[in-house]
Amino acid sequence: MKFDVNLPIWLQVMDSLQTDILTGRLPPGSKLPGGRDLALNYGINPNTAARVYQELEKASLCETRRGLGTFVTEDLERIARLRHELALTTLSDFLAKMARLGISREETIRMLTEEKG
Amino acid sequence: MLESKQITKVYGHKTAVDQVSMKLMPGHIYAMLGPNGSGKTTWMKMAAGLVKPTSGEMLFKGEPVGIASRERIAYMSTEPYFYAWMSIRDAGLYYADFFRDFSYDRFAELLKRMELTDDLKTRTLSSGMMAKMKIAITLARDAEVYMLDEPFNGIDLMARDEIRESIIEHASPDKVLLLSSHLVEEMEAIADQAVYMREGHLVEIDDLEELRQSQGVSMADRYREIYRHMEV
Repeated sequence: MKFDVNLPIWLQVMDSLQTDILTGRLPPGSKLPGGRDLALNYGINPNTAARVYQELEKASLCETRRGLGTFVTEDLERIARLRHELALTTLSDFLAKMARLGISREETIRMLTEEKG
Repeated sequence: MLESKQITKVYGHKTAVDQVSMKLMPGHIYAMLGPNGSGKTTWMKMAAGLVKPTSGEMLFKGEPVGIASRERIAYMSTEPYFYAWMSIRDAGLYYADFFRDFSYDRFAELLKRMELTDDLKTRTLSSGMMAKMKIAITLARDAEVYMLDEPFNGIDLMARDEIRESIIEHASPDKVLLLSSHLVEEMEAIADQAVYMREGHLVEIDDLEELRQSQGVSMADRYREIYRHMEV
């Protein structure tokens, strides 16, 4: 993974894992790599890797079971809610950008319907 | 773990290290930065117990460095230090004789990762192979402090990944890793602390994630700011 070195690295790795959790690529209840393996996989400092798990726990997306490791949450409602929240943020960012280009809401909707991608 | 107090080293008319006080804590990977001649190597050599300070002290766990600390501090210098007749295997055995904490098994494992075999003669190694071998032999020790002077120099891009991995594997909550380099980009993600040296002085020590979070500033940005006014 290529990092933007002007942004905290823990945040970028957390984003990447969060996306995998929200899309189900990392299924609920699945075991995450240990701190050291996470550091090795991403080529990051082990303290940064530990921070990633702390933050994911704070966001209730994973939990650490003592002696067993870190697991993706099994709280499906939590995953769905967060996914929805992120979708809303992405949508409002997009709409703000379109507005800045002077494209009306109607025009935006029409473009979206015609968009083949 | 490793602390210098007002440490100074004068060579003739040149003050290589000038009243540097700093403390390196276990659990961190420090990137030591600064142009050539800023005092990085001299500071490391004093910490390794190879160079005697002109004044001030270098302490390992509160005790002055010396014979005892040399057992616990692994140092990789930039100079070549193997006899020309040695094979990589001979060099490993030589290290095993010198350092009780050296493990030939770990050395063999590191060599494999670096794609080297121990039958190669040190004299025939390319500069990149020699650099990898030096890192392998240093990390094969089970020390508490590892100091690597310029670990990325002369090493191709692919091998840099292998070196970064070996370094991450060696990090632990009870060890200090100190890496000097002017290849700042190589160390952005693996170091968590940056030590900036300039003309023998310590400029500052930054927590890198904190610097990114509070100011949106990378290690490379900070490096440019600090050394901007110097002819480098």
